[in-house]
Amino acid sequence: MKERELRALIEDVRTGLVPRRSFIQQMVGLGLSAPMASMMLMHAGIAQAQAAPIYKPAKRGGGGPLKLLWWQGATLLQPHFANGTKDQEGSRIFYEPLAVWDNDGNLVPVLAAEIPSRENGGLAADGKSVVWKLKKGVTWHDGQPFTADDCVFTWEYVKDPATAAVTIGVFKDIVVEKIDAYTIRVTFNQPTPFWATAFCAAEGMVIPKHLFAPYVGAKSRDAPNNLRPVGTGPYKFVDFKPGDIVRGEINTSYHMPNRPYFDTIEMKGGGDATSAARAVLQTGEYDYAWNLQVEDEVLLRMEAGGKGKAQISPGGDIEFIQLNPTDPVNEVDGERASIKSKHFAFSDPAVRQAMALLCDKKSMQQFIYGRTGFATGNFMNNPPRFRSPNTRWEFNIDKANQILDKAGWKRGADGVREKSGKKMKFVYQTSINPTRQKEQAVVKQAAQKAGIELELKSVTASVFFSSDVGNPDTFGKFWADMQMYTTTMTAPDAQRFMDQYTSAEVSQKANKWQGRNICRWINADYDKAALAGASELDPIKRAAIYIRMNDMVVNDNIVIPLISRPRVRGASLNLVTSLSGWDLDLSALQNWYREA
Amino acid sequence: MGHYLLRRLLIAVPSLLGISVVLFTVLALAPGDPFGEMATNPNVPAAVREMLRAKFGLDDPIWQRYFHWLWAMLKGDWGFSFISRVDVDKLILQRVPVTLAVIGASQVLALAVALPVGIYSAARPYSLFDRVASTLAFVGFSLPTFFTGLLLILLFSIKLDWLPFVYRADIAATGWQWWWHQIKQSIMPVTVLGLFQGASWTRYVRSAVLDVIRLDYVTTARSKGLQERVVLMKHVVRNALIPVVTLVALTMPQIFGGAIVTEQIFRVPGIGSLLIDAILRNDTPVVMGVTFVFSCLVIFFNLIADLLYGWLDPRISYR
Repeated sequence: MKERELRALIEDVRTGLVPRRSFIQQMVGLGLSAPMASMMLMHAGIAQAQAAPIYKPAKRGGGGPLKLLWWQGATLLQPHFANGTKDQEGSRIFYEPLAVWDNDGNLVPVLAAEIPSRENGGLAADGKSVVWKLKKGVTWHDGQPFTADDCVFTWEYVKDPATAAVTIGVFKDIVVEKIDAYTIRVTFNQPTPFWATAFCAAEGMVIPKHLFAPYVGAKSRDAPNNLRPVGTGPYKFVDFKPGDIVRGEINTSYHMPNRPYFDTIEMKGGGDATSAARAVLQTGEYDYAWNLQVEDEVLLRMEAGGKGKAQISPGGDIEFIQLNPTDPVNEVDGERASIKSKHFAFSDPAVRQAMALLCDKKSMQQFIYGRTGFATGNFMNNPPRFRSPNTRWEFNIDKANQILDKAGWKRGADGVREKSGKKMKFVYQTSINPTRQKEQAVVKQAAQKAGIELELKSVTASVFFSSDVGNPDTFGKFWADMQMYTTTMTAPDAQRFMDQYTSAEVSQKANKWQGRNICRWINADYDKAALAGASELDPIKRAAIYIRMNDMVVNDNIVIPLISRPRVRGASLNLVTSLSGWDLDLSALQNWYREA
Repeated sequence: MGHYLLRRLLIAVPSLLGISVVLFTVLALAPGDPFGEMATNPNVPAAVREMLRAKFGLDDPIWQRYFHWLWAMLKGDWGFSFISRVDVDKLILQRVPVTLAVIGASQVLALAVALPVGIYSAARPYSLFDRVASTLAFVGFSLPTFFTGLLLILLFSIKLDWLPFVYRADIAATGWQWWWHQIKQSIMPVTVLGLFQGASWTRYVRSAVLDVIRLDYVTTARSKGLQERVVLMKHVVRNALIPVVTLVALTMPQIFGGAIVTEQIFRVPGIGSLLIDAILRNDTPVVMGVTFVFSCLVIFFNLIADLLYGWLDPRISYR
């Protein structure tokens, strides 16, 4: 979509011709995230919908216990040391950030008094600073008041590399200063279009200065409050057994009225997704289960019991296949899959195009994923109702055969195509996961009909997804011809997600294969666009840039997007949750209640 | 015997050292690293991962890491988990009570089933009771625990809705209520494990008793007019149980190793699930801690079994 068309659409929203909801959905259809679309409207001066969540209870407490099931149990409760979302969710019960993202992409204030904008002077015109006003009257669980000092301290704590906090990426390039006891200014060193990163969502939880101050830097691991969180959240800490259980009780001096509803909260860990689904949907032993990576058939059968329902919220996660343009077998300068080498088949765009035509996404969605996945042609997410006009996908074995014939790949005596003596036999690797093995089988079958033989390889998830330099099977090394996995959009903004295809991020021996551009794709136009997108302040122009970048990657067929995976959770029928696909499950925990 | 005991204890020390070297080397050579999950997170810069690795000494050579670990162990510091950032001994101690309760109860159940059934089967070999018991025993130890566990869950939790199938180590109730809930949630895992173990022990007890019941002194006791019950209990069982007692002593360490599959199915927070989680996440200190404890227990209980055997059977002498 061109910039002109985008601006016209935004004008329509302003005049009321197009509802805000519909605009956001269209943007998501083009591959942007809802928060980005919301930012576009905010920039144009269109006020956010006052997203008042439905909250019926008229008093605090009285709701009994809330039992959550996380089949990967939380192993620590300090948000800045979190190993993955499970630890962030465990911490989120007790700690809070300044603002969170709701399902429509709106920023909702939690510890902030209001969302910064141009009108209230929060956002600077040059895009280099944001002023946050903090809520007054908020106290930590131990009674101390929450002030701007805590925010400034959180920044100092996280940005210190000796602390080894995993959220450092968000805090290291900013300066946070206190303006008064309830106001802070966050200054970026260059104009930053997407400013809602520091102190927002999962990476922005604020920690108390008076408890963590003696433990900055190298002493960070000794802080007793790493295991006994004291936060501002709706529940106070009771007990924690790593990997097993997190328990909390109601915070009677919580800063929002009539909240929380439940008296105690318990987050149990361990087991697997299927038994978690069973405990919520079939026996009703638990009220909520996270991340049900279970086949839809099984989920439907369990829901028939009538005790719970699977909740599906769209997000940015995408299951996709990468094709290797380099040679994964032969070493060049002591390095396999080096950018100096070329793949004998995949460096030919025609072969890549043929491969893309052989992925039967529709069948995968219909038979494997069901409600839990949507076939997509975009690398950035794409709900089925809105198709991007720029990328098309189809499943057509005959067309693939034609393209390969024309490109000079003739079938040999065994039915496998070959050219200049090299046969089309590829190694296709992924992690061990029943769903993924089924997807592999689907692709292999179609490829066989086109004369391509695929050798399926599956690696244990904990090895495949590791960054172990000594192991040849990690996804970062990509020492195979094709690989498949799900990449998650951990932040609502597309910049970090899309800059993984710039040439600076190429995964190679020099950076111990920790670069994020795993398919070693190098394209000068893309690099230029990425640079432009990072500094473009006008969110509309920026959106147009990212849509173009998405199209570049997909049309070159270096990645074949397969399934856009929404978040699937299970909740009992009478539990009212405010679930978002753009933030943690528990991002609005204070609003959860049970309908009578 | 004192001489024998001393010699065994002295041999135990190099055995433990050897075990720890092998364990450590295998773990160090194993693929994967504890900070793997961060590798997929674009917001964690590679520099932080490097810093964490350096902080935990992951980049030092293997022998250096081993001696570092050994020295710390000797001082009583069992290490610091990479994943939970908690001391390893605290992690293990948290899980011991549950493991003892559930796995311990299952061993008691196994004994309670194996002894009477085995003895009675041997007393009346090839009778109907014996045939039925043997068939059930074979079925029992052929069916894997994950299968029987799932069957029980489907039957008792889902169909009948009598029992909860998620184990909770902390029940917010006291007195009778607490016991009642504890029993309800423990029945299934204890039964699954206990019957599996009991099935193989039944056969063992049966063959041990059969060996003894044929001997001459049993015939003598009978011909002297003693009641069958007294012959069985006082003469046969006491001698037949000697090998059984040593077998039980040798399987005691299993209680601490936990039952990994059952713990996964029922979400029992025992040592077995701690071990498997640590292995999958490459959390080396925890794996070293747990396996080291386990190997100490194995050596210790082997020693006890040997001593016990010598004490129960006067024909055995120590050399």
